[in-house]
Amino acid sequence: MTDLTKLTLTEARDGLRAKAFSATELAEAHIAAVESARLLNAYVLETPEIALKQAAVSDARLAKGEGGALEGLPLGIKDLYCTAGTRTTACSNILGNFVPTYESTVTSQLWRDGAVMLGKLNNDEFAMGSSNETSCFGNVINPWRREGSNMGVGSAGVEGTYLVPGGSSGGSSSAVAANLCLAATATDTGGSIRQPAAFTGTVGIKPTYGRCSRWGIVAFASSLDQAGPIGKSVRDCAVMLRSMSGHDPKDTTSVDIAVPDYEQAIGRSVKGMKIGIPKEYRIDGMPAEIEKLWQDGINWLKAAGAEIVNISLPHTKYALPAYYIVAPAEASSNLARYDGVRYGLREQGRDIADMYEKTRAAGFGREVKRRIMIGTYVLSAGYYDAYYLRAQKVRTLIKKDFEDVFAAGVHAILTPATPSAAFGIGEKGSADPVEMYLNDIFTVTVNMAGLPGIAVPAGLDGQGLPLGLQLIGRPFDEETLFALSEVIEQAAGRFPIPSRWWA
Amino acid sequence: MSVDAATVRRVAHLARIALPEGDVAKMQAEINAMLGFVEQLNEVNVDGVEPMTSVMPMAMKKRADVVNDGEIAAQIVKNAPQSEDDYFMVPKVVE
Repeated sequence: MTDLTKLTLTEARDGLRAKAFSATELAEAHIAAVESARLLNAYVLETPEIALKQAAVSDARLAKGEGGALEGLPLGIKDLYCTAGTRTTACSNILGNFVPTYESTVTSQLWRDGAVMLGKLNNDEFAMGSSNETSCFGNVINPWRREGSNMGVGSAGVEGTYLVPGGSSGGSSSAVAANLCLAATATDTGGSIRQPAAFTGTVGIKPTYGRCSRWGIVAFASSLDQAGPIGKSVRDCAVMLRSMSGHDPKDTTSVDIAVPDYEQAIGRSVKGMKIGIPKEYRIDGMPAEIEKLWQDGINWLKAAGAEIVNISLPHTKYALPAYYIVAPAEASSNLARYDGVRYGLREQGRDIADMYEKTRAAGFGREVKRRIMIGTYVLSAGYYDAYYLRAQKVRTLIKKDFEDVFAAGVHAILTPATPSAAFGIGEKGSADPVEMYLNDIFTVTVNMAGLPGIAVPAGLDGQGLPLGLQLIGRPFDEETLFALSEVIEQAAGRFPIPSRWWA
Repeated sequence: MSVDAATVRRVAHLARIALPEGDVAKMQAEINAMLGFVEQLNEVNVDGVEPMTSVMPMAMKKRADVVNDGEIAAQIVKNAPQSEDDYFMVPKVVE
């Protein structure tokens, strides 16, 4: 039999319906792949017994010709999603052995539709990071290697300089790229779905703010956080997003509008669509191969009948600094709940304030502490107007930039997804945190404006590493993004990893 | 703007994070790098601009004012580091 883990999600779905293999066989193949890939550190918790139980139920349903949209399909779940009875940590020591008694709305919809859970995936602590180097469970390894890399498997594990899988959804991107699940859930606050997807040759979509319920997902910055999938193909992401989306009375920011059948948008004509190319994204020092990738994307969309127009989004350069006020401010407020009283870690103190301070000092990692402190500072008396209020005004202007180009008839905007390909572990941000933050320069504007954005792989750089393009859409028009990114996928092809060097 | 060591200690206390004296200088340098980075927002003319309060404008839905959950005390305290008779236990707060 062919290697079932190499199938895309929708190929596996069709295979199950055609009874070419069973859900149990599909789950077993993935469980074995996960076990043999522990060196990558993509999973922080494996749940093979849950997967096999769910697969057996799916087989019974499929035998009767029943089953949901994701029946019998094995997925990985980012450890930010609360899963009832299964440890959920946000990859922070402060949550310790937290075992939720409830299920996040998004994952409950995946199980409703028949999906199978392989386990919980690594991420940056509380989703704060762009390289998955801040997780309390350690770094995740990108399954891609540079050409001529010194990397390999030795007696002590992975040796040589390995690459980061992006972040914060680094476990999700690594697992999907390495065929350790058919697709994964992820979350995106400043680029945490799209940047890791671009670093691993996978597809990732952050839908419009409000499309997916945030209920039961560990909060980072509530006005920016959105759930979304990472998958092996555009079609796979369309199927995943349909199950993940929808109104939830438990999240007042979730929007009560109908969820389209996104898969129907795959293959839809893009003829006559106006695609904006923002001049502000042509930054100084952009590598020539990213310039070329962007031009390839323009050519492919043009060949498919789209009209290319030059646009301006004048406040683009202010999105990242405004983000680094708004996001830490919201984080400092959201993370106030980790106080050692109701759940998670507790360190003893001489009084309650001392207990809080010791608990939070021991439980939070360095990146999280820094962001909480910046957030506390910008919200503190005397600085609120100068920092937080000003940043929220700038955010209004960033959103208006997009509204103006959409009002002028632009259907979607094409940009590079990241300013570079995946970098090596420890290469960025050790001296100055801003160096790491610049990774999100092309993605963060989308969160600030609440818009949908998709990253789709479009080529390889000179070192043989995948690069991605980003498409940004009008609010709640994810369908156009699927139609356009399918054109890119058809032209560029998919980017499966060249070898399973770790197994 | 930049912060001095005393401000770093004060903010750490406001955030309820114990910061050992040996970590103050490094945290101060990192926070100042961030504050230096966001300085460029002062270039933007924000006169007459409303601060964003909701990224997707919509009317908030209101639930019916009825009890729809409860009687799950055991679940609520299940993950508590210390609990007794469905109460969270903390160090003495009032002398």
